[in-house]
Amino acid sequence: MSDLEKRNDDHENEHVYDGGSAVVPSDKIEDPGLEPHRPRLTDTDPKAAARAEKQVAGLFAVSIIGAIIAVWGYVAFPITGEDLVNTRYNALWVGVGMALSLLGLGFGAVHWAKTLMPDHELTEDRHQSRSEPETRAKAVEILNMAGDESGLSRRKLIRRTMFGALAVLPIPAVVLFGDLGPAGVGDKMRVTMWDRGVRLTRDPSGVPIKASEVTLGSVFHVIPDGLNDLYHKLDEKAKAAVLLVRVNPGVLNEPEDRKGWSYDGIVAYSKICTHVGCPVALYEQHTHHLLCPCHQSTFDLADNCKVIFGPAARPLPQLPISVDEEGYLIAQSDFTEPVGPSYWEM
Amino acid sequence: MSTTETNKGQPEGFVANAANYIDERTKLGGGVKFIGRKIFPDHWSFMLGEVALWSLIVTIISGTFLTFFFNPSMAHVTYDGAYAPLKGTEMSIAYASALDISFEIRGGLLMRQVHHWGALLFVAAMGLHMLRVFFTGAFRKPRELNWVIGFLLFVMGMAAGFTGYSLPDDLLSGNGLRIIDGMLKGIPVVGTAVSSGFFGGEFPGTEVISRLYSLHIMIVPALILVLVALHMALLIINKHTQYPGPGKTESNVVGYPVLPVYAAKAAGFFFIVFGVIMAISATFTINPIWNYGPYDPSPVSAGTQPDWYIGWLDGALRLAPGNLDMVIFGHTYPMGILVPMVISLVFLAVVAVYPFLEQWVTGDRREHHLLDRPRNAPTRTGIGVAGVVFYAILWAGASTDLIAYNFQMSLNHVLTAMQVLLVIGPFIAFFITKRACLALQRKDRELVLHGRETGRVVRLPNGEYIEVHEPLDKYELYKLVDFKDYEPVLARPNKDGKITAMGKFRAALTRFYFEDRITPVTKTELEEARHHADHDLTQKEAQKSLEEAK
Repeated sequence: MSDLEKRNDDHENEHVYDGGSAVVPSDKIEDPGLEPHRPRLTDTDPKAAARAEKQVAGLFAVSIIGAIIAVWGYVAFPITGEDLVNTRYNALWVGVGMALSLLGLGFGAVHWAKTLMPDHELTEDRHQSRSEPETRAKAVEILNMAGDESGLSRRKLIRRTMFGALAVLPIPAVVLFGDLGPAGVGDKMRVTMWDRGVRLTRDPSGVPIKASEVTLGSVFHVIPDGLNDLYHKLDEKAKAAVLLVRVNPGVLNEPEDRKGWSYDGIVAYSKICTHVGCPVALYEQHTHHLLCPCHQSTFDLADNCKVIFGPAARPLPQLPISVDEEGYLIAQSDFTEPVGPSYWEM
Repeated sequence: MSTTETNKGQPEGFVANAANYIDERTKLGGGVKFIGRKIFPDHWSFMLGEVALWSLIVTIISGTFLTFFFNPSMAHVTYDGAYAPLKGTEMSIAYASALDISFEIRGGLLMRQVHHWGALLFVAAMGLHMLRVFFTGAFRKPRELNWVIGFLLFVMGMAAGFTGYSLPDDLLSGNGLRIIDGMLKGIPVVGTAVSSGFFGGEFPGTEVISRLYSLHIMIVPALILVLVALHMALLIINKHTQYPGPGKTESNVVGYPVLPVYAAKAAGFFFIVFGVIMAISATFTINPIWNYGPYDPSPVSAGTQPDWYIGWLDGALRLAPGNLDMVIFGHTYPMGILVPMVISLVFLAVVAVYPFLEQWVTGDRREHHLLDRPRNAPTRTGIGVAGVVFYAILWAGASTDLIAYNFQMSLNHVLTAMQVLLVIGPFIAFFITKRACLALQRKDRELVLHGRETGRVVRLPNGEYIEVHEPLDKYELYKLVDFKDYEPVLARPNKDGKITAMGKFRAALTRFYFEDRITPVTKTELEEARHHADHDLTQKEAQKSLEEAK
């Protein structure tokens, strides 16, 4: 059988698939076949080939030099843990040397392949991805035989109970992962460290704040007194962080039930954004707006921190405050609503 | 068998002996025979997937280095290392060990930067490779499954990136985790439990960094490697696609053999990718965690940006409509979180199933090994560009504050403009792209039928001025006419003689896809055009006079 015949035969063996809404071309312009090969300069001119050889060798030499530079950088700029300038130069020269070493090798190999290795286009036959008809027939036969011999196709009782067992099998695994997180977090999320009489202190020093220190227009980042003594203080801080601002009392539009939550124009609001929990850390004095730098939710401090722009939906919870007999700012109670992002059970 | 009987007739020398030694014990000769002269077609765009593969390997190498020094513990220490501004600061061991890697481990800073830049390039290259595959139709049968595997790799790449980004426990990445916490909590019914299960209790807890570490160095990379192995295996089984052109058919592969040409090029290219990542890492700082400080839920810096591949998800959060929380039967549905989550998931799902969708519309069950030039599939290309625009606007949405700041615009206006663009942008992009593709197809037809405008204007004896057209050579011409053509179908009655709603829907979709179509030039059309040109005396005379002038 000649090659051509064999190829025709192969193609006859290919499965014919439905082309769907494809138009079957009847009057197609003929394929002229592969373009004639154009020799490269290095194929025809031995001098050019010799030059290319030298270039490749040169690039490999660059690679060796790069490795030497890297070692030099490593030795010349020792990292002592004292002088950070050395750390920087060490990374720079080791990196530059290694980059040269890698690039020299890489460009050398590619240049070699492109100039000196054969560039004749070769053609290989391609067949459909499906197996040969005989192979498929054999596979089907084996599968059927396996089904028969095991009785999987006949014995319904075994089949059903087996699938049942397989379906139930993963349930213990789900139980095993139950301890990934403790239960009852939903209840803990409602409670913060703030309570009646807890002093407002500066973040991060923990120094209590006197009402008289809060001048008009100033902003304090606040944590509850005692937070710094906790071992897992970040968990509490993530709920209890507060922003304290003093504004002209006339600006505040306080509803009846919140009268008395502020002290002489000093108001305290949760700093945790009600969208996804970033700290709402940017305060614009002349507009009384608070802005969350993560997703730009904007809250109006003068209007009970209602959302005036952005993806958040709930106002920032207000912390009711007053002053103790020494003049320090204290909380009247915990927040009266959950802080941070909205969730199912709130 | 006598002792004098040696391996006569076999080549000798070290290489031959070594090859013989290995083959006698492993049967590896078969592998060399199978793969050694396999033909791969050549095109610059086939390189994008290779960039992804090599940057993955660079990331694995540099990541392995980092595991020797990084300590994923959230226990507290007081920093007493080389970086003076943070001396005395309380921080987690994870953050302290990331600082030590940066300042006190030889090559540590370089390897951290190689790892980060490599990861950024890995996801970027995968994205570009996916776009190449999409716009050339390489996802069609028999490669639909490989598209899905590639899609999973892209998602896994984002997962690997995000879990790694969060490990140093610095302020920037900690705020990223805080956002994840907020999003998890927003999931209806199970949100609180999912967040608690992820963080091991309340946010941030003491578990999350070591859990992310398990995910980042074990689970996600293992999945990536398995998927890469499947991706490569299917690539070899299906053989690589090729661009259409003279001599290229559905039943051949035209190109160069693995040994020696592709082996040299691919190995060389690995070193080039590694070298470029190394050069960038040596000269450009990435993620300077020492500037951010340790994680603390209270401070945040303005202008925060996630790594680029998370940007589109962050943008979705920013562009979400506000004030839409719904409380139904006492339960909260936080729309500011749910809307972006659903939109991102739907977008990803559409990407994953697109090959099956298109096959259902065309009804084409044939194998496709010849790629489409993007212009020859105008509707698909339009859909692709619409998707790119949608993604790009979400991505730009993550930088609304920086755009507003740098261009001195109102933040609120920028954000509203982005919201509007997100809705109408993809439609505009689809329309423009589809029209542009059809126009390019018409230009191709024009070139095939009438040849190239030479720019040479000739005055004829009768005083007429005309431009000389030069016909394309047959190879160039064939490139422009070898593409598949589909037409809309009518809804046909099924076996029971009924036209189903599904059938009507499919018919409508085929109209959407193929109603505006430019057909490939046929032989008859070409002959007519040539015939016409032959009788066009003016053209003939013009050409003749030009030749004479030469």
